[in-house]
Amino acid sequence: MAQHQVNYASSGGLPVALTTVDRLLNWGRSNSLWPLTYGLACCAIEMMASGASRFDFDRMGVIFRASPRQADVMILAGTLSKKHAEFARRLYDQMAEPKWVISMGSCANTGGMFNTYATVQGVDRIIPVDIYLPGCAPRPETLQYAMMMLQKKIRREPADQKKRKLQRFV
Amino acid sequence: MRKYSPKDNVQAKAKYTDRFWVAPQVPREPVEDAHFAAVLEKMKAAVEVLDAYVEIGQLVIHIRPEQNVDALRTLKEECDYAMCSELSAVDYLARDGEFEIFYQLLNLKERKRTRILTRIKEDQAIESIVPLYDMAKFAEREMYDMFGIYVNNHPYLKRIIMPDDWEGHPLRKTYPLEGDEFASWYEVDKIFGKEYRDIIGPENRDPARIDRYDTQRFARVGHEVPFGADPSLVDETETPVEYSSELLADYNKGPHKVLDKRK
Repeated sequence: MAQHQVNYASSGGLPVALTTVDRLLNWGRSNSLWPLTYGLACCAIEMMASGASRFDFDRMGVIFRASPRQADVMILAGTLSKKHAEFARRLYDQMAEPKWVISMGSCANTGGMFNTYATVQGVDRIIPVDIYLPGCAPRPETLQYAMMMLQKKIRREPADQKKRKLQRFV
Repeated sequence: MRKYSPKDNVQAKAKYTDRFWVAPQVPREPVEDAHFAAVLEKMKAAVEVLDAYVEIGQLVIHIRPEQNVDALRTLKEECDYAMCSELSAVDYLARDGEFEIFYQLLNLKERKRTRILTRIKEDQAIESIVPLYDMAKFAEREMYDMFGIYVNNHPYLKRIIMPDDWEGHPLRKTYPLEGDEFASWYEVDKIFGKEYRDIIGPENRDPARIDRYDTQRFARVGHEVPFGADPSLVDETETPVEYSSELLADYNKGPHKVLDKRK
């Protein structure tokens, strides 16, 4: 974070950085986004590739967690069937605030090519979504870009939960 | 006159069909193979064989639905058909008012396959073949789930693919591909309750839907409103589509020369 870097030449040699509480909290939150290890379909393969060494999510502070209690971000990677919708929502409810949701791929965004009786036609019917990531399946770079967009969004919004909640629905 | 669409088969059809095209039938050959002839002899001694022929190198035997266990037992114990590779049904309710149930069997020693076909009415149940083939535990559950065919004496007859509280049987021809009323609200009813239907709204099945009153995702050129503005601010006036002949290039008229070869 360049804007919080201590510039010894300009601030009288003092290791002091002035900022606001909002910015400080958002700096911490946006740079340690821990997504839930939660794959639904083929998009999950790309999500795994994003986490592995070639694309390396760790360098952005994005570390997959195996428990919703420890996760900040839910990446809905793949086709959400109607049978599973209940459990996706339960996992979302189990995540602690503040939490964000990325809808990854066409199937999660709109149901995609599964225009059938058994597929949820867009996960935003059951979970509020922050970032819609198009693609079938999106490349790992695209998921990383989505994560960077989410970081941008987090840095922009107020750190206070109540203020932020006004901007959301559900 | 409006096109007739049958209610007992609501599955999607091809838009353009040749009404005079007749689907070629797979040729049915007489049972001449030595192994198949022996199998057919034993089957005829055990159960009533309604029809028997060879189709693409596989013996097909039609039997009565009450005798399915006897027929399969004969095949398994006397003819060495050790594997049942597939078991399911076909919906012929619209045409004949019946389901066709098939059992696909494999003889590993002779490398031969035999199919047992039987037909039941919609409200009729079939006897389970779990005592003979364990694979039927899942296959018969799937048949029950997808077609609603009850299987008598099955150890655990319960839906296997769809949720337990699902209504309807999706592989029936009367079940629409995009789901019925129950299916379209299933996840909303289950998670939030029926009173949330109004808030969440119906499913959007049109991928190219444009909503003029959605001020977050759409904007009309010349009638822009702020992002996320109240839908009542949206301008109602219709603007006729304007075409500019200057902008549209007509490549047929141009000064170019058409080569003789391309004419």
